[in-house]
Amino acid sequence: MEIFGVPLPAMMSQLLLGLVNGSFYAMLSLGLAVIFGLLNVINFSHGALYMMGAFVAWMGMTYLGLNYWTMLVLAPIIVGAFGILIEKTMLRHLYKLDHLYGLLLTFGITLLVEGVFRSFYGVSGQPFQVPDALAGATDLGFMVMPNYRAWVVVASLLVCLATWYVIEKTKLGAYLRAGTENPKLVEAFGINVPLMVTLTYGFGVALAGFAGVLAAPIIQVQPLMGQNLIIVVFAVVVIGGMGSIMGSILTGLGLGVIEGLTKVFYPEFSSTVVFLVMVIVLLLRPAGLFGKEK
Amino acid sequence: MNRNLGYILAFAFALVAPFVGYPVFLAKLLCFALFASSFNLLIGFTGLLSFGHAAFFGGAGYVAGNALKAWGWPVELGMLAGLAAGAAIGLVMGALAIRRQGIYFSMITLALAQMVFFGALRAHEFTGGEDGLQGIPRGKFLGLVDLTNDTALYYFVLGIAVLAFMLIVRTVHSPFGQVLKAIKENEPRAISLGYDVDKYKLLAFVLSAGLSGLAGATNVLVQGFETLTDVHWTMSGLVILMTLVGGMGTLAGPMLGAIIIIALENKLGDAGIFLTNATGIEWFNTIGEAVNMVIGLIFIICVLLFRRGIIGEIVAKFGNKKPA
Repeated sequence: MEIFGVPLPAMMSQLLLGLVNGSFYAMLSLGLAVIFGLLNVINFSHGALYMMGAFVAWMGMTYLGLNYWTMLVLAPIIVGAFGILIEKTMLRHLYKLDHLYGLLLTFGITLLVEGVFRSFYGVSGQPFQVPDALAGATDLGFMVMPNYRAWVVVASLLVCLATWYVIEKTKLGAYLRAGTENPKLVEAFGINVPLMVTLTYGFGVALAGFAGVLAAPIIQVQPLMGQNLIIVVFAVVVIGGMGSIMGSILTGLGLGVIEGLTKVFYPEFSSTVVFLVMVIVLLLRPAGLFGKEK
Repeated sequence: MNRNLGYILAFAFALVAPFVGYPVFLAKLLCFALFASSFNLLIGFTGLLSFGHAAFFGGAGYVAGNALKAWGWPVELGMLAGLAAGAAIGLVMGALAIRRQGIYFSMITLALAQMVFFGALRAHEFTGGEDGLQGIPRGKFLGLVDLTNDTALYYFVLGIAVLAFMLIVRTVHSPFGQVLKAIKENEPRAISLGYDVDKYKLLAFVLSAGLSGLAGATNVLVQGFETLTDVHWTMSGLVILMTLVGGMGTLAGPMLGAIIIIALENKLGDAGIFLTNATGIEWFNTIGEAVNMVIGLIFIICVLLFRRGIIGEIVAKFGNKKPA
């Protein structure tokens, strides 16, 4: 069977790959949106912390002999703790200033973190095994599906939906949303807003770390792996707007799929299609698909 | 008065500099001083943080490189082609980016510049892809002065840089520049006063992009080659850092910042070797390769402790009440 002259299995595998990338976009843009909502900071270092997640997982497995599942939990916690350190020692001092200083600071952190890893590990990729339980592939009849990729999509979707649920449906989330609207008032009600801000940053960053661990077995683990990704994720954020949690998730996944399809039909455009979509959205709906102009 | 004296001193120093230092390196400093000053026109005087200036610098570099090498244009036309290319890319990018404000503006410019980067990577015929353009001839200024002479080249670049800088100073102090300042301070108010803010922003963006293009073109002329480094986003980051170190919104700051950062980039390897010898720690040797690490560190320090930059701090401490 063929669709527009492309064999179905090839099409499906590109679609799956698109979904995998889309899951990463979704998780990263979700983290950016949550952080931006409360801190008004665009976290440029998201890409570097995604890389750090992958590296921490690799280090735990290589040096300490821990297994993939332990690191899947441990690495985001370590990255989150690192994020909290960044927030406590540096970002905190910039909230009263123009947004651009937050962007510049996290840009500097990106260069520093990537530079440090690079000075120790160079730019070549580190080998990262797919965990045994997820090795191999399942024949679905219309395509052969690598198990690990399916796991990435499922795991990211679960994490994204859980985040959405917590923010939109629980009391904790209500505090968070209220803090986004009016932090001073929330503080007046006796909520510890500075602590909430710190934990939010830690959480957003931990999401990036989690994405990094998930990505480690399919993408080469190397110090610059987050560089191009973060720029694409920025475009995703511009397309979706940062006003809505679900919006970030859907935009991320959708653009991953569009990218996957482009790889089938016009491979030469696959690296730029997200930016092209961004241009179109800017022309037609400048505030972004789900955005409220802030 | 004070400021004019400063300019005259700086200019006098620039005139004698090639007798003291290596002219090609000095010319490179001038190119980046011009680049940072053009960038500052946007961040310092209009309040727009562009994260895509590498696209103008590098894009114009490729156009100028091809004009000089493949099309055999005279050097003056090559530089003008760079200026035009920068302005043209700036017009397209600016028209899109000013549709959003604040932090989104920065992200859009970054994403669009990344598109230019991918374009340059793929357009092998025009850019040489990963190899870049090599052996770009310097030619003769007005068909008379042979620019293969390093000192002549330096003065040629100095002439361009001074003219461009005068244009920047004139722009900042013009009524147009005052409107830009108003937009920076309070955009809604500027709108309510009846200014077509988008038009002003776009014009400032194109001007900044065009001059950055000119800087990119002169840089190609000086170096004799053009590579993907110049269109990569780290270049956009570098020009931000130069401006930040020197002082955003000051006229002289970005030039000073450019000189410091480029000099640092060049000397970092030596510093690493020195530290290795002094401390015996091998790792310091890697500093020369991992320039970005040091740049990142300076970024962090500047943003946290030193937001006004060198000139900005001096003005705040000793200057009169009206800052530059």
